[in-house]
Amino acid sequence: MTPLLKVENISKYYGNRLGCRNVSFDLYPGEVLGIVGESGSGKSTLLNCLAGHQEPDTGEVIFDTRVDGPKDTITMPEPERRMLSRTDWAFVHQNPRDGLRMSVSAGGNVGERLMAVGERHYGNIRSVALDWLDKVEISEDRVDDRPSEFSGGMQQRLQIARNLVTAPRLIFMDEPTGGLDVSVQARLLDLLRGLVRELGLSAVVVTHDLAVVRLLADRLMVMKDGHVVETGLTDQVLDDPQHAYTQLLVSSVLQV
Amino acid sequence: MINIENVSKSFTLHNQNSVVIPVMKNANLKVGAGECVGLTGSSGAGKSTLMRMIYGNYLTQSGRIMVGDVNVVTALPREILNLRRDTLGYVSQFLRVVPRVSTLDVVSEPLLAVGVDRERAHERARLLLTKLRIPERLWTLSPLTFSGGEQQRVNIARGFAHEYPAMLLDEPTASLDAANRETVLSLIEDAKAHGAAIIGIFHDDAARAQVCDWEVDVSVFTPKAA
Amino acid sequence: MNSEYNFAYLDEQTKRMIRRALLKGVAIPGYQVPFASREMPMPYGWGTGGVQVTAACLTPDDTLKVIDQGADDTTNAVSIRKFFEKTAGVAVSDETAKATVIQTRHRIPERDLSENQIIVYQVPIPEPLRFLEPRETETRKMHALEEYGLMHVKLYEDIARHGHIATSYAYPVMIEGRYVMDPSPIPKFDNPKMEMAALQLFGAGREQRIYAVPPYTKVVSLDFEDYPFEKGGATQGCGLCDAQDSYLDEMIMDDSGARMSVCSDSDYCRERRDAGYVGEMGVPQKTVTEDAA
Repeated sequence: MTPLLKVENISKYYGNRLGCRNVSFDLYPGEVLGIVGESGSGKSTLLNCLAGHQEPDTGEVIFDTRVDGPKDTITMPEPERRMLSRTDWAFVHQNPRDGLRMSVSAGGNVGERLMAVGERHYGNIRSVALDWLDKVEISEDRVDDRPSEFSGGMQQRLQIARNLVTAPRLIFMDEPTGGLDVSVQARLLDLLRGLVRELGLSAVVVTHDLAVVRLLADRLMVMKDGHVVETGLTDQVLDDPQHAYTQLLVSSVLQV
Repeated sequence: MINIENVSKSFTLHNQNSVVIPVMKNANLKVGAGECVGLTGSSGAGKSTLMRMIYGNYLTQSGRIMVGDVNVVTALPREILNLRRDTLGYVSQFLRVVPRVSTLDVVSEPLLAVGVDRERAHERARLLLTKLRIPERLWTLSPLTFSGGEQQRVNIARGFAHEYPAMLLDEPTASLDAANRETVLSLIEDAKAHGAAIIGIFHDDAARAQVCDWEVDVSVFTPKAA
Repeated sequence: MNSEYNFAYLDEQTKRMIRRALLKGVAIPGYQVPFASREMPMPYGWGTGGVQVTAACLTPDDTLKVIDQGADDTTNAVSIRKFFEKTAGVAVSDETAKATVIQTRHRIPERDLSENQIIVYQVPIPEPLRFLEPRETETRKMHALEEYGLMHVKLYEDIARHGHIATSYAYPVMIEGRYVMDPSPIPKFDNPKMEMAALQLFGAGREQRIYAVPPYTKVVSLDFEDYPFEKGGATQGCGLCDAQDSYLDEMIMDDSGARMSVCSDSDYCRERRDAGYVGEMGVPQKTVTEDAA
């Protein structure tokens, strides 16, 4: 089986300061990879390099494209990469404001990607948008409301719908449940898990919340100071951590 | 089906003066299809540790743990995930699920994961929940709101939903009343009849005697203090 | 003409710079060319972009017409016309047919323009994507990569809110199948006229952008398959000249709110009245009555 995403030796420096260094991993179809680490560990830098938001100094991010098979997304022409990022890729930002158009209705937000790939039938766009709002548990009568009128949890669900409407195969998530109430987090996690399984999505999830990765991720990568210090099955890394830092991280979680 | 050879395991606590705690040495165990083996030994002897090593939840330093044709010790994470999905079931003492997911979906999940359609998965889930006496009015609720005994039974229903060829049972009959205990034991008998290789931990001597073909005292695998 | 000024106010280097931008704009129809917009002796928003483009195009032999909302006699039109009379000494006219350069704000004349004419539009906000994407770096990239989904989001929003595409002016167009362009705040009624024989130049002074549509370029108004573009227009004729095919302004006639609709293109209306057409509220022209008498 060909990995959907093959990451090799990604390094990124900000001047002399290290962002992340020599990160490599494979992600297979249907897999969810969690990346954990504290603030400044390089996990967001890594995610941005993978998703094409930042250019890494070294390394390759090889994506198994639908038409041409595996291709390095870092050296591919920008139009092609941007096309990927609005069709086969999705990116869920921690702050829904970064991933939504706040002045555009919920329906318009969901429909944008469809229009971006050439859909020109209003009726079709609207029915797909309504369908997706239903999938993310936003009631139909909110379709013409702006996200600024939504709660944080609803905004985040809308962002997910907006991203998944073109049936991407890979979804990048940056602290998808950060900043949400615990009760809202649970609902979102449940939704994400369901979508990942039903749509066969692969995902890379960056978070500092170990409970989130335990429920969402199959595999886990622990980062510290720009380096990957440990990788493995999520439950194995959390229950039998090998690296000193991971042990510290796991033992520092407050028990409820 | 499950074949453990010369397996050793120790924990290194980096944040506590890097103390190394050996917990298992040269463990050997072989369980064939349709057999059930009970692990015995005092608390802390390493029964749960061994189970977790077989499940890939704990890393194993040396030796081989073959489940079917997969060596858990050296397998890639994705191979272990496939093994857990198709071959190796695990009923732990604790229920770990996403909040808010209905009991019916929690129990159906292992079946959905192996590609059973939703309707048939729910049918099987309903059958198991009925057998284990979970009242129907609770099926649409999240099991996280249930009592300890109910959670345990939901966990068992989930563990037996898919007919795994190999199973690990960590005190499946603890905190159950007599009737439910009987049900669980009959589920184990059924699994054995289907050819499942089972390793179990039972504190309940009678239960162990009823379903286990033989017993292994894990304290023989415990490294002696130097 | 006041000889204290260089011809058409701007110095020759500046005009050359603007002409280079215009040539680039003509070469890439619909593409917004940055240019070093100068301070003009009028406030931004009063047509500084259009004035600079006109200044760069004018020759001493030209005849200039300036309209604002279709009329030659509005403040903005009068002052720009006077400005060029004073600084360039060119002939001016109200007649569309006589003009070689027409500077306009918010209208395209009703009469078809010809190949030897140039129409210069005053543009407040040249970026059609600005409404939804505030970052200039991003909109430039979107133009470069033809990522125009966002433009339809704007139209989608219209239909979702109003049941139809409610954008009635500055209605976005696709130029020659490549660049999405803001046609300046002309009514969408004028959009179909943009496929014309004359050269169309657009100047945005404050935003420092110039763009162009060469003669006979394909100009398509964006729409949805199930909500096609409609140019709209009046349901009745002009009150003065009875024109049925012209864009009408509504006037309030008295304190009790009586209304009258008249051609926004004052020259077109005059021409028709001269030719003998009389609307519901019009009076026959002198020339016509004399002929009749």
